[in-house]
Amino acid sequence: MTGAALGKDLTGLEYLSPDQIRLILDTAEPFKEVSERPIKKVPALRGKTIVNLFFEASTRTRISFEFAEKRLSADTVNVAAQGSSVSKGETLVDTAKNLEAMRIDMVVIRHGSSGAAQFLGQRIRSNVINAGDGKHEHPTQGLLDLLTLRDRFGRIAGLKVAIVGDVLHSRVARSNIWGLTKLGAEVAVCGPASLMPRNVHELGVTIIPRIEDAIQWADALNILRLQLERMQGGFIPSLREYNRVFGVTTERLARAPKELVILHPGPMNRGVEIDSDVADGPHSVILPQVTNGVAVRMAVLYLLAGGSPDWAGAAGKGEDH
Amino acid sequence: MSGILIRGGRVIDPARKADERADVYLLDGKVEGVGRNLGTPPGAMVVDATGQVVAPGLIDVHVHLREPGQEDLETVATGAMAAAAGGFSAVCAMPNTDPVCDNQGVVGFVKAQAQRAGKARVYPIGAISLGQKGQQLAEFGELVGAGAVAVSDDGKPVASSHLMRTALEYARTFGIPVADHCEDPTLAGGAMHEGLVSTRLGLKGIPAAAEEIMVARDLLLAELTGGHIHLCHMSTRGSVDLIRRAKERGVRVTAEACPHHFSLTHEACEGYDTNAKMNPPLREPEDRAAIRQALKDGTIDVIATDHAPHHYDAKEREFDDAPNGIIGLETALGLAVTELVGTGLLTLPELVARMSTTPAKIFGLPGGTLAPGSPADVTVFDPAVEWTVRPQEFFSRSRNTPFAGRRLTGRATVTIVRGQIVFQRPD
Repeated sequence: MTGAALGKDLTGLEYLSPDQIRLILDTAEPFKEVSERPIKKVPALRGKTIVNLFFEASTRTRISFEFAEKRLSADTVNVAAQGSSVSKGETLVDTAKNLEAMRIDMVVIRHGSSGAAQFLGQRIRSNVINAGDGKHEHPTQGLLDLLTLRDRFGRIAGLKVAIVGDVLHSRVARSNIWGLTKLGAEVAVCGPASLMPRNVHELGVTIIPRIEDAIQWADALNILRLQLERMQGGFIPSLREYNRVFGVTTERLARAPKELVILHPGPMNRGVEIDSDVADGPHSVILPQVTNGVAVRMAVLYLLAGGSPDWAGAAGKGEDH
Repeated sequence: MSGILIRGGRVIDPARKADERADVYLLDGKVEGVGRNLGTPPGAMVVDATGQVVAPGLIDVHVHLREPGQEDLETVATGAMAAAAGGFSAVCAMPNTDPVCDNQGVVGFVKAQAQRAGKARVYPIGAISLGQKGQQLAEFGELVGAGAVAVSDDGKPVASSHLMRTALEYARTFGIPVADHCEDPTLAGGAMHEGLVSTRLGLKGIPAAAEEIMVARDLLLAELTGGHIHLCHMSTRGSVDLIRRAKERGVRVTAEACPHHFSLTHEACEGYDTNAKMNPPLREPEDRAAIRQALKDGTIDVIATDHAPHHYDAKEREFDDAPNGIIGLETALGLAVTELVGTGLLTLPELVARMSTTPAKIFGLPGGTLAPGSPADVTVFDPAVEWTVRPQEFFSRSRNTPFAGRRLTGRATVTIVRGQIVFQRPD
């Protein structure tokens, strides 16, 4: 079934209009409450079959999707790359077509190659949701970051958000850049020049080379995970030096003109890109991000399955449609 | 043996500075005569070329025919047929076969397969190093003796400056060019051009500098050794600048550009279209403009396709994992006429020079002219016919092209090799 409001697939925030993004965020609001109930379940996706196709290891995102699916009463199957035909050399398109031959409704895909979700979406009839493709996008992460900022500030437009760290290899950064700029935020990227993608300023962001300056400028910092293998890749000299030059520390935050809201998509490298005091501090919204992740994913699943945005509130109250 | 009279065409032969309405008479595998109203010699077959261009057979100095080793992708026979259908009377086949064309046995095999096919001529290019491993020089003397016309480790850039220097020096003995795929291996490994599009798509980029560093090195080594460096598939404006300055200094350098690099930009990779994945990658509009200008002013000498057949399964996958390259033999002429002549950049004689006269000259090949006594290799093409690229109709065994569905102007109608019609497009 095609969710007319969003199209068939959700492969990236680049491809959504500001209104579509707002629709997802608004639809997530009533779903937040579902997770606070003793019986965390509504029948919105009863009878739908969803495959979580994870070619890369993931704990948080996979569990978050699975909770979202189950709380919407969908039937879900998890496929991990290890131990499946994928590890026997089957191609992505064959894997997908075989799954579809079993009459599924949706695929949530996490894959190491950029473009894998679009590739899949173009080749199967089921709805495809990108749960992270290579260095391209992680749209539901971008959406949950937007929802968390909106919860905290009451708005997105006009906010100054600095995305800090390894922007080059980050799908979270790209989804945040698209989502934030489409909703009218000012976005800066900050990190070593060796971890900045070419022409990134043409995406409508400012480059702030020093973390001290980003802290002076921003209302919120979204601190990216530093992939530990970047050191072997020769992009930075050492984790210790990274922390010294770019780490978000209590000392640095103390010099901010205002109290900054701290986001991190996880999993964190404590003591590398973020100090524990900051991660656990009063301005950290890292755990609310995780809570919002379930609501946002419920909203995306619901809308793609053809759920009416007007009914989302009702669906959240457990009424059947 | 009866001859062929090609009647009434626009005969373009840049080697003789000729561009005239004339007849061309071919006899016994040679051009017998060119002139107005030659009349029909007894027994001659007549090809009506009214409204068509009659040119010396087009020559593509850079193709991959996959045989021996990957005959499911292309064979010498299917590649030579695709060449003929694209208007090429001769192609030079790169050595990255399996086994590698680094010895006289493989050179002889490729030539024999070409002879058996009897379509376009196929000139093998030998490897620079044994197994294209970049370590030990291949036996250029034996390669040339068996019929190789150049050496190259194409696809495997020669990383060692010492090896490249030695190759350039040693090749001088045989008067053959050393063709290089210019790419600094430590900057390579990306899936597309490094720029705004790679940033948006989240694909690892190959910066223009990866090519330009090696171009600069090769030019310096050619200057040092006096050897003839031929730079394959130039793709960046920086490379064009480097070549232009080297030519001004008198360095023995020739260079080629591919139709895809003068037709497309990195934006063709949008949507992760693996048929737009090639190496060197599609670059930026400014690069494409520089390549076009270089073809006009002669900084880039020839158009070559880098015809690279791949099975559709291989391209039907994630962008990172798809192989590089597209087929080009059956679209090159149409793209060149459409993108270079149709835009007013090149005249038809300039185009014929870039696709026939100059390739023959720089690789020391027969043909490239219709002067009496020359080999009877002729391409007749309609410079005005419009057609749609339909890969399913290609003679090539592969279908990997980003130009499917594209409307083009200009297409070969008759291709003649050694005085024999090897391709004639049905009316």
